[in-house]
Amino acid sequence: MAASETSNGTALRYAFGNVLSFFILLLIGVLAFSIRLFSVIKYESVIHEFDPYFNYRVTQYLTKNGIYDFWNWFDDRTWYPLGRVIGGTVYPGLTLTAGTLYWILNSLNIPLSVETVCVFTAPIFSAFASWATYLLTKEVKGAGAGLTAAVLLAMVPSYISRSVAGSYDNEAVAIFALIFTFFLYIKVCSWGGYTFIINLIPMHVLLCIVTGRYSSRLYIAYAPLVVLGTLLASLVPVVGFNAVLTSEHFGSFLVFIIIHVVALVYYIKGILSPKMFKVAVTLVLSIGLVVCCAVIAVLVALVASSPTKGWSGRSLSLLDPTYASKYIPIIASVSEHQPPTWPSYFMDINVLAFLVPAGIIACFSPLSDASSFVVLYIVTSVYFSGVMVRLMLVLAPAACIMSGIALSASFDVFTRSIKFQLPGVKGNSQVDAGDTSSEGVVAQNEVAKTDKNEEALKERPSKKNRKKEKEHVEKPSVKAQTKKRLLVLPFEASIIAILLLILLGAFYVVHSVWAAAEAYSAPSIVLTSYSHDGLHVFDDFREAYSWLSHNTEVDDKVASWWDYGYQTTAMANRTVIVDNNTWNNTHIATVGTAMSSPEKAAWEIFDSLDVKYVLVVFGGLVGYPSDDINKFLWMVRIGGGVFPHIKEPDYLRDGQYRIDSQATPTMLNCLMYKLSYYRFVETDGKAFDRVRRTEIGKKHFKLTHFEEVFTTHHWMVRIYKLKPQKNRIRGKAKKSRSKASSTTSTKRGETQRKNPWH
Amino acid sequence: MVKTTSKDTQALFHSLRSAYATTPTNLKIIDLYVVFSVFTALIQVVYMAIVGSFPFNSFLSGVLSCIGTAVLAVCLRIQVNKENKEFKDLPPERAFADFVLCNLVLHLVIMNFLG
Repeated sequence: MAASETSNGTALRYAFGNVLSFFILLLIGVLAFSIRLFSVIKYESVIHEFDPYFNYRVTQYLTKNGIYDFWNWFDDRTWYPLGRVIGGTVYPGLTLTAGTLYWILNSLNIPLSVETVCVFTAPIFSAFASWATYLLTKEVKGAGAGLTAAVLLAMVPSYISRSVAGSYDNEAVAIFALIFTFFLYIKVCSWGGYTFIINLIPMHVLLCIVTGRYSSRLYIAYAPLVVLGTLLASLVPVVGFNAVLTSEHFGSFLVFIIIHVVALVYYIKGILSPKMFKVAVTLVLSIGLVVCCAVIAVLVALVASSPTKGWSGRSLSLLDPTYASKYIPIIASVSEHQPPTWPSYFMDINVLAFLVPAGIIACFSPLSDASSFVVLYIVTSVYFSGVMVRLMLVLAPAACIMSGIALSASFDVFTRSIKFQLPGVKGNSQVDAGDTSSEGVVAQNEVAKTDKNEEALKERPSKKNRKKEKEHVEKPSVKAQTKKRLLVLPFEASIIAILLLILLGAFYVVHSVWAAAEAYSAPSIVLTSYSHDGLHVFDDFREAYSWLSHNTEVDDKVASWWDYGYQTTAMANRTVIVDNNTWNNTHIATVGTAMSSPEKAAWEIFDSLDVKYVLVVFGGLVGYPSDDINKFLWMVRIGGGVFPHIKEPDYLRDGQYRIDSQATPTMLNCLMYKLSYYRFVETDGKAFDRVRRTEIGKKHFKLTHFEEVFTTHHWMVRIYKLKPQKNRIRGKAKKSRSKASSTTSTKRGETQRKNPWH
Repeated sequence: MVKTTSKDTQALFHSLRSAYATTPTNLKIIDLYVVFSVFTALIQVVYMAIVGSFPFNSFLSGVLSCIGTAVLAVCLRIQVNKENKEFKDLPPERAFADFVLCNLVLHLVIMNFLG
C-alpha cells in the first residue's frame, strides 16, 4: 500500500502519524490521570488507607527537615518503647520522588501543600507508566501495539486499585519504574521495585544464552547493569549488604559469571579455527567441570549454613505458597498476601485475561529478543500473581502489553483485508468477498473460522473459545510471512470482527470506569453506604483521631491493633505501640496477648508498656466487617505464637469462632470482647451484632480496669482509658470514676440520639 | 593419551598466541587493563580471605570497583573492535564517551559507598 504512494506522500504520512501518536499519547496521559480522580470527586482530597499515611508522614518530615535528617531519622513515636530507625528501614523511592516534586513546585512559586502533592503523585505516575508502556511495547511490536497497550494500561482496574488519587504508596511509582527499567534494558541503569527486576532480567539473559541468542549487545546491556545495580541498591539503607548477602540476588551474580564465560567462549571461538576450538572445548570442559563442582559445593554450603536458607520470609512465601501460613502468621494475616480467587482475576484485568494468550502467540510469530523478554515477563508474573493478591499489580502491565499486541495484530489483519478488497468491491459493485476463484477455498475456510471466532467473542469465557481466538490470531500472522495473498479475510467477516473487537474494548472501558468509580475509590477512612433513606457517610476514624489529638497529652501512648498504627501517628500525632511496619513480632504478640487476656492481665501488660489509651475498632453497630472482632483470631494466633499461655482452641467453640451465647468463657472475658461490646446492649436493647448477624453472648457487664472516654458517632472507634492503680490512691480513683461515669452517661445519650439506624 | 593432550594443548596455546598477535595494539592495551583490574580484584579477595571482611563496605566497594571497571572496559573493547559487525555504525569516540561516563557514575557511587 505504501508502494502506491509517492515518497513525498509517505514522508508526510509518517510525520502526520508521529504527530497523531503524540497527541494520542497526550490524551492517554490525561485519561490515566483523570480516571483516577474519582476518589477526589466522590470523597475529598484525602490520603487513603494505612500505609499511605506513613508515607505521607515521612514525606512531611523530608520536606520539613531535608534529606540528611531524613536518612538519620529515628522515630520515637512508634513502636514505643523501642522506636524505629525510619531512614534505614524505608524504601526511599516514593518519598524522594514526591519530595522532589514538592520542592520543584514550590521553587516555581506554586504553593501546594505536601498532602496535595502526595495525593496526586499516584495519578501523575500512572500517566508516566502508560507512556513507558508505549515505549516498551513499541520496542516489541511497533507503535500500534504500543498505543493500544498504553490505553489498556491507563485503565486496567488492577493498577487503578493501587494508584487512585490519594493512595500514596510505593506501588504507584514502582510500576512506572518497573516498566521503564524494562524499556531501558530492552533498549540497551536501575532503581526501584527491585527484587523482581533483579531476578527477571538475569532469567531473560539466561534464556537468551540457552536459546543461542547471545550477542555482545546482551553483554553490554547486562554486565554493567549488575555491577551498577548492585552498588546502587546497596546504597539504599534498607537493602544495604543484603544486596550481596541474601540468595535472592545470587541468581543475578550466577548469570553474571555465566555471561562472562559465554562471552569468553564466543571470543575464543572467533579467533580460533574450528578444529582448534574443539580441542580447547574438551580441554576446558574437563578442567571446568571440576572447578564448577567445587564452586557449587561452596555456594550450597554457604546458603545452607545461613538461617532460612538465605531467603527472606516474604520471598519464600512467594515460592512456596503454603510457607507463610505455616511459619509466619503475621504475613499470613494480611489479606493482601493471600492467594487470589478466580473472580479477582476477572475483576482486575477483565477482558485482558482472554487476550493475553493471543498476545503470547503474536509474540512468538517472529520471536525477537524483546518479545521473548515480554513472554518471560508475563509467564513469571502470572505465576507470582497466583501466589499473592498484591502481585496482581505486577501482572497488570504484562497483561496490558500482551493484549495490546494481540488487539493491534488482529486489527492490523482485519483492516488490511478490508483495504485489500475495497477496490475489488468497487469494481464488482457487489459486496461478495469470497468470489475470486483462486482464493475461494481459503476464504471459505476463513469464513468458517471467523464465524466461530465471532461466537467466541460474544460469549467470552471458557477455555475452548480462547483457544480458537489464539488460532485465529496465529493463522494470519504466520501467513503474513509466507503469502500476503492468503491474509485476506472476507469483507463482511472482517467488518464484523472489527466491530466485535471494538465492542470488546467498549466492555473493558465500561468495566474499568465502573471499577475506578465504585470499587476502588473508597479511601477506607471515610466510608459510605446507601440505604433506603439515602447516603450515609461514616467519618468515624477521623473523628476519633482528631479527638485523640485534641483531648490527650502529646506524650500519651495509644495502644491498638497494628492496622491502625500508621493512621494514629499520622493523624492523631500520638505515640503508638505497634504499627503497620511489622518488624518486631514479639511486640505485636504482646499487644495481641493483651487484647486476648482478661481485663486485669491486659491492664498489667498495657501499664507495663506505659499505655494511657486503648483504641478498638468496632463495626457491630453499622455492619463494618473489617473490625477488630473479625481480626481477633489473628491476635490470638500471633499472641499465642510467642506467649504459649494464649491458646487458640480456648477461643473457639468446636472449632467455630463465635461471639454469641455459645461462645467460650475465655472469649467472653477477653479484653477485646469487653472493649468492643461494652454498653452495646444499650443501643437497641438486644445487642444484635450486624456483622456477625447474631446477638452477643454476654450483654451486661462492667469494666473494672478501663473506662470509656470516647465513642464515635457510629460506634466504629471506641477509645478507653486505663484506670489508675486503685489501691494506692483510693479516694482519687473513686472520684475520677464517678466523674467518668457521668461523662459517659452524657455521651451515651448523645450517641443514641445521633445513631442513624434508629 | 596424556601425550596427545599435552601436544594438543601446546598446539592450542600456539594457535591462540598467533591468533592474538593479530589484534590491534589499542585493543591489547584495553586487554591489559582488564587483566590488571581483575588481578587487583583477586588480590583484594585473597586479602579478605586471609584478614577478614570487617569493613565490609570497603571490601565490597573495592572489589566492585575493580570488577566494574573491568566490565566497562570489556564493553568498550567490544564496541571499538573493528571485527565486530554488530557495532559497525557506532563511532569509537562515542563508545569511549560512554566508557568515561559510566566510569564516572560507577566511581561516584563507589566513593559514596566507601563510607
